[in-house]
Amino acid sequence: MTNLDQASHSNWTIIFICWIVAVVSTLGSLFFSEIMEFSPCTLCWYQRIFMFPLVLILLVGLFPFDKSIIKYALPLALAGWGFAFYHYLLYSGFIPESLQPCNQGVSCSETYVDLFGFLTIPMLSLISFSTVVALLFILKRRLPK
Amino acid sequence: MKKQNIVLFSSIFLILLFALGVYMYKSQQAKKIGFMARENASIFVREYSQTLGSDDAKVYLVEFSDPACETCSAFHPFVKKLMAVNPGKIKLVVRYAPFHDGADYFVKILEAARKQNKYWETLEVMYKTQRYWASHHKPQPQLIWKFLPSAGLDLEKIRNDMNDPEIVKLIKQDLADAKTLNVRKTPGFFVNGKPLTSFGYNQLQKLVEAEINENY
Repeated sequence: MTNLDQASHSNWTIIFICWIVAVVSTLGSLFFSEIMEFSPCTLCWYQRIFMFPLVLILLVGLFPFDKSIIKYALPLALAGWGFAFYHYLLYSGFIPESLQPCNQGVSCSETYVDLFGFLTIPMLSLISFSTVVALLFILKRRLPK
Repeated sequence: MKKQNIVLFSSIFLILLFALGVYMYKSQQAKKIGFMARENASIFVREYSQTLGSDDAKVYLVEFSDPACETCSAFHPFVKKLMAVNPGKIKLVVRYAPFHDGADYFVKILEAARKQNKYWETLEVMYKTQRYWASHHKPQPQLIWKFLPSAGLDLEKIRNDMNDPEIVKLIKQDLADAKTLNVRKTPGFFVNGKPLTSFGYNQLQKLVEAEINENY
């Protein structure tokens, strides 16, 4: 019985960590756009579209813990990961800039922030989405079919 | 700890962290710009910059504006009122940040109007009629011409003067200074080199009054 309790406790913690990652990413992106006043480029907007709802949807799945949260959160996280990965490739030059789907206003490949010399905004986004996707997959494997 | 509390405390912690970040970023920006104001005042006022008000004024109100920007138009009467309430104490400096597509066209007209000594009249007419030629953030240059005669302008001369390459250079310099000063939205206000950190009529009035109290 205690083993089962412990297992369900760690399952809850996994979703909780996902939620923390989503909240930090959301607040971080709002800090960049609202406080530092960097206009988000088109690709950033698509990533925001998939990150922001995760904050609410994961929170709902925490109380009470509902394992079907994976079914709802994973598509969002995967779609966001796809955009983040594409953005990262574009940013680091693997995809030539002429392919970028941005309007004139804001360039998707301009560097705005460079923390510690290697952490850029697209990289932060990719790390966040990767963490959420990985944790959701881990949880999926832990749960009995 | 109960799960609800863990989530509650994490939320409060993260929101406080965000607020702290906002506070630290804003004060660091103000410090940086204050440093630039002391070291290099010409970032705020270039020699060519159009100014309004007494040369003895001790409070310099620098406004980065865009003729096609609705908020700039809404702020203009307020700025005028601030100057009227404090006669001789405020000097308004107009800098350009034409962020709207095609807005530099209107800056060119303004600068051309300056050669006819009709700058402020033209600016007034532009802001008053803005909703007709720049509705929904889509400036339509051809529409402004029918409003310009009411500023008492010689339109033929404007059409010639507005192509002066000096104006293009001036806009470039203003945009470069706006970038240095972190102006990403218009209007961007600085009062004696201090940025308006929280945007609004009251905040601007307070900042101006604080500078007046300090200098008079």
